[in-house]
Amino acid sequence: MYTGPENSYLKQPRGLKSWLLTLDHKRIGVMYLTAIMFFFLVGGLLAVLMRVELSSPARDVVSAELYNRLFTLHGAIMIFMFIIPSIPAAIGNFVLPLMIGAKDVAFPRLNLASWYIYVVGSLIAVASILQGGVDTGWTFYTPYSTSTNSAVITLTFGAFVLGFSSIFTGLNFIVTIHKMRAPGMTWFKMPLMVWGLYATAIIQVLATPVLGITLVLLIFERLFGIGIFDPAMGGDPVLYQHFFWFYSHPAVYIMILPGMAIISELIATFSHKRIFGYKAIAFSSLGIALVSFLVWGHHMFTSGQSELAAMIFSFLTFLVGIPSGIKIFNWVATMYRGSISLKTPMLYAIAFLLLFTIGGLTGIFLGTLAVDVHLHDTYFIVAHFHYVMMGGTVMALLGGIHYWWPKMWGKMYNETWGRITAVLVFVGFNVAFFTQFIMGSQGMPRRYYSYPDQFAFLHEVSSVGAYILGFGFLIMVIYLIHSLYRGKPAARNPWGALTMEWEAASPPTTHNFDKDMKLEHGPYDFDRVEVEDEEMVKA
Amino acid sequence: MSSESLSTRPAHLQHHFADTYQQGDAARLGMWVFLLTEILLFGGLFCFYAIYRSWYPDMFINAHRHLNVWLGGTNTVVLITSSVTMALAIRSAQLGKRREAVYNLVATLLLAAVFLIIKYFEYEHKIHLGQLPGKFYTFQGIAGSNPHVFFSVYFLMTGLHGLHVIGGMGVIAWMIQRTRRGEFSPEYYTPLELTGLYWHLVDLIWIFLFPLLYLIG
Ligand code: HEM
Ligand SMILES: [Cu+2]
Repeated sequence: MYTGPENSYLKQPRGLKSWLLTLDHKRIGVMYLTAIMFFFLVGGLLAVLMRVELSSPARDVVSAELYNRLFTLHGAIMIFMFIIPSIPAAIGNFVLPLMIGAKDVAFPRLNLASWYIYVVGSLIAVASILQGGVDTGWTFYTPYSTSTNSAVITLTFGAFVLGFSSIFTGLNFIVTIHKMRAPGMTWFKMPLMVWGLYATAIIQVLATPVLGITLVLLIFERLFGIGIFDPAMGGDPVLYQHFFWFYSHPAVYIMILPGMAIISELIATFSHKRIFGYKAIAFSSLGIALVSFLVWGHHMFTSGQSELAAMIFSFLTFLVGIPSGIKIFNWVATMYRGSISLKTPMLYAIAFLLLFTIGGLTGIFLGTLAVDVHLHDTYFIVAHFHYVMMGGTVMALLGGIHYWWPKMWGKMYNETWGRITAVLVFVGFNVAFFTQFIMGSQGMPRRYYSYPDQFAFLHEVSSVGAYILGFGFLIMVIYLIHSLYRGKPAARNPWGALTMEWEAASPPTTHNFDKDMKLEHGPYDFDRVEVEDEEMVKA
Repeated sequence: MSSESLSTRPAHLQHHFADTYQQGDAARLGMWVFLLTEILLFGGLFCFYAIYRSWYPDMFINAHRHLNVWLGGTNTVVLITSSVTMALAIRSAQLGKRREAVYNLVATLLLAAVFLIIKYFEYEHKIHLGQLPGKFYTFQGIAGSNPHVFFSVYFLMTGLHGLHVIGGMGVIAWMIQRTRRGEFSPEYYTPLELTGLYWHLVDLIWIFLFPLLYLIG
């Protein structure tokens, strides 16, 4: 595998040990990328298995008990091991220091530690399968989670450990962004990706400890029967839900904010235009981060919280729509009259815009009290969160992987296959999940392995969509890996972008840049700067 | 560009920082963020405490009488003193008095040990009486519903705090090593400073736990 010049970070120093003990943020990013992609594969295979079961109303391959374990494991893997670390820990680790002209993150050792903590946490969580798996769903709602005899403690302890990895990444990013920016890079000259990662890091640091202590309480409840969540002992199960969603609603923005961050970069670069409303996009990230802490109660509309609380939460939930709407407006305005090139990353960005808009709008439905009571725990929810998480974050992740691929490996992927696959993924996704909106509004409940005949046709269509999606991923794996061996060598700045990472070699050397970096122009000054033969010159 | 050119870079300066100020600043900010997460972690338990206390106010008051105010009070004094010796250790390092710094750190470590020993006797007594969390609670003689919850709160909060004391002792022991080896100087003592911040937080949390658990009424 040719991976760039001898002095690239991929080659210097050599050997497995030099990777396992590396302090280089780029290598740690690559190690995270490998790990999360492995879990995406595992979670994806579980999903396909569920779709096989659901392709007909009868019991086909799994029992009800096994199905419960499948969707719990699928959900837990996708959330804790894949999507939360995906963009910040994998892509963010790779690009953040490069984008701000730094030689590394502020705490390289902590960075490596967070990778190991991630691996250990994941192994613990997955070990729950050896004890027969868990059947509570990834939210571990009490009182069921304290009474079921499945391996709740192992899985929640794994999630607890994973939390530290997330906290350390967030902490590292906050300090890096505050203290390590190249001279001249003021806050409003930072790339929007950096703003997005910053807002994400704030949520990681403020929300994750609450999940940690909640899981500790749950574990204690199971071990000692302390009675905090158990009504039989004077406790309150809804209290668990408050604790849990106080983390997990903000966590939804740990998942989506970095996705939005990538989209800002993609849209600016591939529209070759100054981004519209830079400050609005930057502040809306912070806005989302703040509001995200106030809306957790919309997960409990139907679980017996007071009506007043429900109304307040419903109102606050609508507020989240505002900053998200601002972002979408600004992206579209940037594209308007830009010279758009429809390269693969841009196709994913457009897919993101369409799918996230659908996911977001249906979120507003769900935030509406009266409607939620009807749609609660139906496939409408399943479709909604897949549109947001997969249609949003995963599309952005795929766009980002293609965008920075040349920088990471010094190799170009095959553009034709890239585009074909992007279309395939988009179609497969919609076939798989749009059907679920329809089923949900007709009353198909979630978390059932079997269903009335009335839903058979739509379920079958949905399964076919999932297979198309899976097929798309297969092609992607093939052409990406192929590019590592046979791809054309990548130029320093193949897309003509203006952010700093493109001034480093492809792939970069161990300490990123050949010189001490200084900001020469803003990240989106396409009206003032032009890229000619790899060099950025004044237009 | 950095003021310290490559040839004059001091040994403690890591390659990815431009100068000592940037490195120290980054470390302090990192520590403050970390302490914030610690406070949030305990925050969950404080919530638990507040909620249960408002549900069962009488039981809480009855149960808290079974904690030993004298032992708890002594421990409060012990920890505050250890915070002082910690601060003195940093002061000594700033002045370049290595030996004094070591003595102060050792004093801090010993006081932390005293804290744990007293805690051990308290725990021992409660375990003996059966005042244990949840379903292991067997003690008779506290009026009010679910007195075991008070002891669950007690063991969870003081237990988590105790773990922090143990962790802190490990770090302090390491700092003693490094100070003796002469790694710190008036120009560079950041690790000591960060250890100090952490230790003050451990102290501070206890200062909240003590009245909430021992002195309510
Ligand atoms: C490869 C495409 C995917 C397919 C075909 C798929 C399919 C499914 C299915 C069939 C369920 C069970 C629904 C139910 O019975 O209620 C489910 C649940 C879930 N999925 Fe996916 N999924 C996919 C990707 C993802 C991704 C990328 C994520 C997040 C990053 C995700 C997160 C979840 C979560 C959180 C649940 C809920 C688990 C629970 O109810 O406890 N899925 N998915
Ligand atoms: Cu939510």
